[in-house]
Amino acid sequence: MTDTPLILTGRMTEHRDDSHRLETYEASGGYVALRAAFGMEPADVAAIVKASNIRGRGGAGFPTGVKWGFLPAQTRPRYLVINGDESEPGTFKDRQLLERDPHQLVEGIVLSSYALDVHHAIVYIRGEYPKAARRVQRAIDEAYDKGYLGTNILGSGFDLDVTVHLGAGAYICGEETALLNSLEGRRGEPRIKPPFPAVAGLYAKPTIVNNVETISNVPWMVLNGGDAYATIGPETSAGTRLFSLSGHVVRPGNYEIVMGMTWRELFYELGGGIPDGRDIKCWIPGGASAPWFVPEEHIDIPVTIDDTGRHGSMLGSGAVVVMDETTNVVAAAHRIVKFFAHESCGQCTPCREGTTWLERMLWRILHGEGRPLDLDMLLDVCDNISPGLRWPPAQTTICPLGPSAVSPIRSIMTHFRDEVEAMIPGLRPAPDREGADVG
Amino acid sequence: MTSRTVEQVVPGWTAANQQRATRLIAAYPERRSAVMPLLYLASLEHGHVTSDAQREVAELTGLTAAQVQSVASFYTMYKRGPVGRYLISVCTSISCYLLGSDEVLEAVEDATGTPDGEASDDGLFSVEHVECLGACGGAPAVQVNYELIEGVEPEKAVGLCNWLRTARPDVIGGDEMQSLFGGQRSFDWGPIDTEGAIAPVPAFGPYGSAGEA
Repeated sequence: MTDTPLILTGRMTEHRDDSHRLETYEASGGYVALRAAFGMEPADVAAIVKASNIRGRGGAGFPTGVKWGFLPAQTRPRYLVINGDESEPGTFKDRQLLERDPHQLVEGIVLSSYALDVHHAIVYIRGEYPKAARRVQRAIDEAYDKGYLGTNILGSGFDLDVTVHLGAGAYICGEETALLNSLEGRRGEPRIKPPFPAVAGLYAKPTIVNNVETISNVPWMVLNGGDAYATIGPETSAGTRLFSLSGHVVRPGNYEIVMGMTWRELFYELGGGIPDGRDIKCWIPGGASAPWFVPEEHIDIPVTIDDTGRHGSMLGSGAVVVMDETTNVVAAAHRIVKFFAHESCGQCTPCREGTTWLERMLWRILHGEGRPLDLDMLLDVCDNISPGLRWPPAQTTICPLGPSAVSPIRSIMTHFRDEVEAMIPGLRPAPDREGADVG
Repeated sequence: MTSRTVEQVVPGWTAANQQRATRLIAAYPERRSAVMPLLYLASLEHGHVTSDAQREVAELTGLTAAQVQSVASFYTMYKRGPVGRYLISVCTSISCYLLGSDEVLEAVEDATGTPDGEASDDGLFSVEHVECLGACGGAPAVQVNYELIEGVEPEKAVGLCNWLRTARPDVIGGDEMQSLFGGQRSFDWGPIDTEGAIAPVPAFGPYGSAGEA
């Protein structure tokens, strides 16, 4: 683990006091990739990103190069939108990249825009990150002054403008089509896909939406080659990745690691273990939307996109939330479902109504007012949002927010059903009554 | 689409904010994209997103007042009623919850005498619980006028409220509050940030809402 290349966080680690400044960025290899790129054809730069095999770091894990390839050849203008609406509970990695190394992102934006023939890029940063927005805006202003942005960048003939846009408190805008609606001055409601943004995105023009971390990797790729990036880590989880570790761990924080270490190593070597030597009860491997893992089954699984998926969950946005043995898992699940009920945009009935029902049922179970029927009803409402309760989830909704609210409930019903039942008066001890209610 | 200039549409706005509005509209490929930043700017002018503010933003962007209202009502950071000078937002999502955020919220309610979701009678405080602030490694997290403090224990939260009441800072700086009342952080913040919030609107220069602390 010690030879992990710090692609994303090296500069902020080495230059603690001024990693966000242009002089520091330039003095540590910054904007060198950009000069190199202008000696190549745009398609060559796109080929580097494709060869890197990087998968999007926002949550869905879709291969970035493939996404770029969906742009129709002829239609102009095209837009690049950077998704910095980081809102998945447990996730705080993009905030660090935005605040501590904004020029890395700006250079990634110019490189990507050059590759994609984009002349206006927009950075959408969540409204609760004003400091990040200030840092990025300052970096953009400095880049304009030094000729890294604007017209005829470094004499290349390539023009690019970048606008910073602040959100206003809506988790759903992290979903790329909701984000585009928000950018168009509309409610942040997801759109039905297809068409995908690459075909009809911002103002119905071809648009690529990429996560902050994804694009922050691009300068390194151009400097070192896409193939070099692809060789880091497991084949289908290439590159380093920032994991946000929080909850009951001794050393919470963001960790840039090569994927493939085990969860045990992540928690005990990097995270310093669990406070007061307590045991882990469960953890969320990839943000509040992800089904939970438990130590008995999952602690020695490698932390990769595919291994996590194979075991019924996802790495998502890289947010790992640890819950120790003292955790009331019903209360924890309630808290997460409450989040989704609050953040549902309200377009789709199964999500708008279902998440609220789920929240209320969990609340009454938690407060000793649960009814024996509630267990079946919980799962029935979940099934209405995400038929079959399988993984990856099916959905009756436009976007995955609704199915996300199902994850914590499935998790507690799978791993901690006895604890849920114990909270319902009259249900236990009477195991033979399970499922026998006739209403 | 309006044919009038920004100055003609919002003659009552300060000259600086009129210029900001002009620049914000120009910063986007299409005018309607300026709705969200203009709602922040209008909040500065009116104290919150009033009906007048929504009509002004509608005319500035060529939308109807109903369209602007549909946007303003969707996003939690557009406050459509009076907001205290200091908006205290306590994160109660999962990671903060696991580390005691509910006790922090209670401490803030008690210390300000302001229940969750309300503004104090003297106009000094608004208190709200909010969903994940992206500060999970520094849980429990609190924001004042959207400037962040991480690792806030309940007694530190009381200290924060008392400090706001007595010191009444004009500019809310995250670093200052963090050094006085914060604890565990999500990551090393690096050097001190000299900018902060002058109102319960995210402190961002192009929106006119940032000041030098």
